[in-house]
Amino acid sequence: MKMTRMAAALAVTMVAAAPAIAESLHFPMLNYRTGPFGPNGMAFADGYQDYLTLINERDGGIGGVPIRYTECETAYNTERGVECYQGIRGDNPLIVQPLSTGITYQLIPRTMEDRVPMHSMGYGRTSAVNGEVFNWTFNYPGTYWDGASVIINYLLEENDGSLDGKKIVLVYHNSAYGREPIPTLTRLSERLGYEFIPIAVDSPGQEQRSQWLQIRRERPDYVLMWGWGVMNPTAIQEAANIRFPMNNFIGVWWSGSEQDVRPAGEGAHGYRSLAMHGTGRDYPIYDDMQQYVIDAGLYAGTGDEVGTVLYSRGLYAAMLAVEAARTAQEIHGVGVITPAMMRDGMANLVITEERMAELGLPGFGPAFEVSCQNHGGSGEAMIQEWDAHNQEWNLITEWIAPDRELIMEMVMEDSLAYAAENDITPQCLERSGG
Amino acid sequence: MPETLLFAMEAAINGLAAGVMYALVALGFVLIFKASGIFNFSQGVMALFAALTLVGLQTGQIPFSHLINAIFGTRMHHFGFTLPTFVAIAGTVLVMIAFAWLVERLIFRHLVNQEPIILFMATIGLAYFLEGLGDIMWGAEVKRLDVGLPQGMSGPIDDLTFAWFGYGFFVDSLEIWAAAIAGLLVITLVIFSQYTKQGRALRAVADDHQAALSVGISLRFIWVLVWSLAGIVALVAGIMWGAKSGVQFSLSLIALKALPVLILGGFTSIPGAIIGGLIIGVGEKLFDFLLGPIVGSATENWFAYMLALVFLLFRPQGLFGEKIIERV
Repeated sequence: MKMTRMAAALAVTMVAAAPAIAESLHFPMLNYRTGPFGPNGMAFADGYQDYLTLINERDGGIGGVPIRYTECETAYNTERGVECYQGIRGDNPLIVQPLSTGITYQLIPRTMEDRVPMHSMGYGRTSAVNGEVFNWTFNYPGTYWDGASVIINYLLEENDGSLDGKKIVLVYHNSAYGREPIPTLTRLSERLGYEFIPIAVDSPGQEQRSQWLQIRRERPDYVLMWGWGVMNPTAIQEAANIRFPMNNFIGVWWSGSEQDVRPAGEGAHGYRSLAMHGTGRDYPIYDDMQQYVIDAGLYAGTGDEVGTVLYSRGLYAAMLAVEAARTAQEIHGVGVITPAMMRDGMANLVITEERMAELGLPGFGPAFEVSCQNHGGSGEAMIQEWDAHNQEWNLITEWIAPDRELIMEMVMEDSLAYAAENDITPQCLERSGG
Repeated sequence: MPETLLFAMEAAINGLAAGVMYALVALGFVLIFKASGIFNFSQGVMALFAALTLVGLQTGQIPFSHLINAIFGTRMHHFGFTLPTFVAIAGTVLVMIAFAWLVERLIFRHLVNQEPIILFMATIGLAYFLEGLGDIMWGAEVKRLDVGLPQGMSGPIDDLTFAWFGYGFFVDSLEIWAAAIAGLLVITLVIFSQYTKQGRALRAVADDHQAALSVGISLRFIWVLVWSLAGIVALVAGIMWGAKSGVQFSLSLIALKALPVLILGGFTSIPGAIIGGLIIGVGEKLFDFLLGPIVGSATENWFAYMLALVFLLFRPQGLFGEKIIERV
């Protein structure tokens, strides 16, 4: 009898909840708040969730349809990430953001098969820029190859247009993520005449003495870093220990958060990194964020991360997802969209400076357009520098463009090889019929 | 002197320093294994928890503040004062002693006479619990740990080696301090175990549980004592590693570096932990120096575990461990 009542109650609850689920836009979050990379994943997740909360609270959702977000903990572990995806794939996920290059690689074939769009913002497989092969994967506004090229272009500017005879070391996380920039930097070294030395660091990267002794012996002009988690502060501390000039040490955008520089204290002063977006709370959107999310006590996590670099990145990723959903609604003329419609929104996304200003984020990210041939956006990035005295990042350049000609050449080689291996005929997808 | 030889010497000296850091972690494992036969999986997390507590006390952080704020809607994070490092270390030692008492009272008292695998599994559970407790109590963000120890290139060693060889060796001042502190720790432990009543009781329990019990030694007291000592060793390891790369979850993974050290040195020998650490440290740094540039670096973990595997094949008890002979 008791069981029957419970079953009846469950059935009533499910029936009552069903319309709410159906009349919503499902944004799943594959987050990591635990494990060795938890401190980094947490800030991103908070920014992502807070932006979605803001849209729900201020605007009542996207086009009047509320956002429903679900969270699954991956612990930055590829197997767990795939399990998370398996858990949400049947629940009409509009966009998958794995926040891990390893998970992205695993999900590319799965999301293609399930026809679920995936966005790996500033990470993942670079050659997914070719939307004719990777119809369901997007990596705007920039990729690792763009990042590597932007750093080299910046160094060219710093060295009067020539890197001939210079020595550049790449310290990288020994994983799919860390190895991504190697082809670009190798190709550019052949073209520009600098000596390129890649040095791997095993995950998680707490012990790097051998690598930094090698760097000390090599006496490079510049050290670049593709690190994540504890590898970043350890590397910055080691660089300070061997008295390597911090202004010549430049990390990718995943090696440029407050968590990376603070443990090294004053030693980190002058360290530089790529910035794919602005940071800090000096944007008009934070007035609304304060009113609708923070003061209302609806913030994610502890609320300590608001305005930090990785929080800003989560917020930016959510903003791009919301804009893509809005575009999909406009294309198809409906409020409740399907994953296929969302893909259309992503494939036709246009971000202008004016739109960024309307969203309360003027100058926060680059202007770009997505097309079938280019899922990677503009690839532009800025350089930021850490001020240890004031405990803040300062942008020291405007947007710097990558060498897109070279990168597209490499993208085509890699993506067409992938297409041949996986029996894919490169083509643009027709718009979803709804 | 050829440049390559100088570089190899520098790598070897840095290997010795790294070995001391590994030995600091391995010591905690040895203490508990020797006295109770328990392989304490939570030793790395204990180092993390101790370091988190130290930073929390130093900076005047309110424990469980996020939980309190979430329940009561408050916005409290700090008491508004900071504690001197010495007082914070003393406070952390007290916390680790309280932790040892609770571990004995709530877990191991109920598992006496259980199989070693059961006790090992209990320490796995303890590791997960402690990891979560540390996060809830002090927050999961990366924290800077500064106990006033110097860090960076040691000037005197740089000058001295430059005067001798024309090339200044890099040695981290923090690791010189770590070596001195590890030496002091081992001497203190030896004096404690040789010349105090409790130390002799600890050795008696380590030699033979049953015989120690029969002469009236309290096994429970010894377990609290040994977990307290392991907690203090974890604090020292946490301070040294935390100063290198900040206090964060990854600190708990230093335990993985202690495993090959233990296999080399033996699970029951304090000198073994030190010498095992030094062998691993020097071996991995020299191996990486010689082959790293050819294979793309990142050979240290591989080398440490391969060496441990070789030892398991040819000398499974390690260099200083006790050989277990079981007659059927």
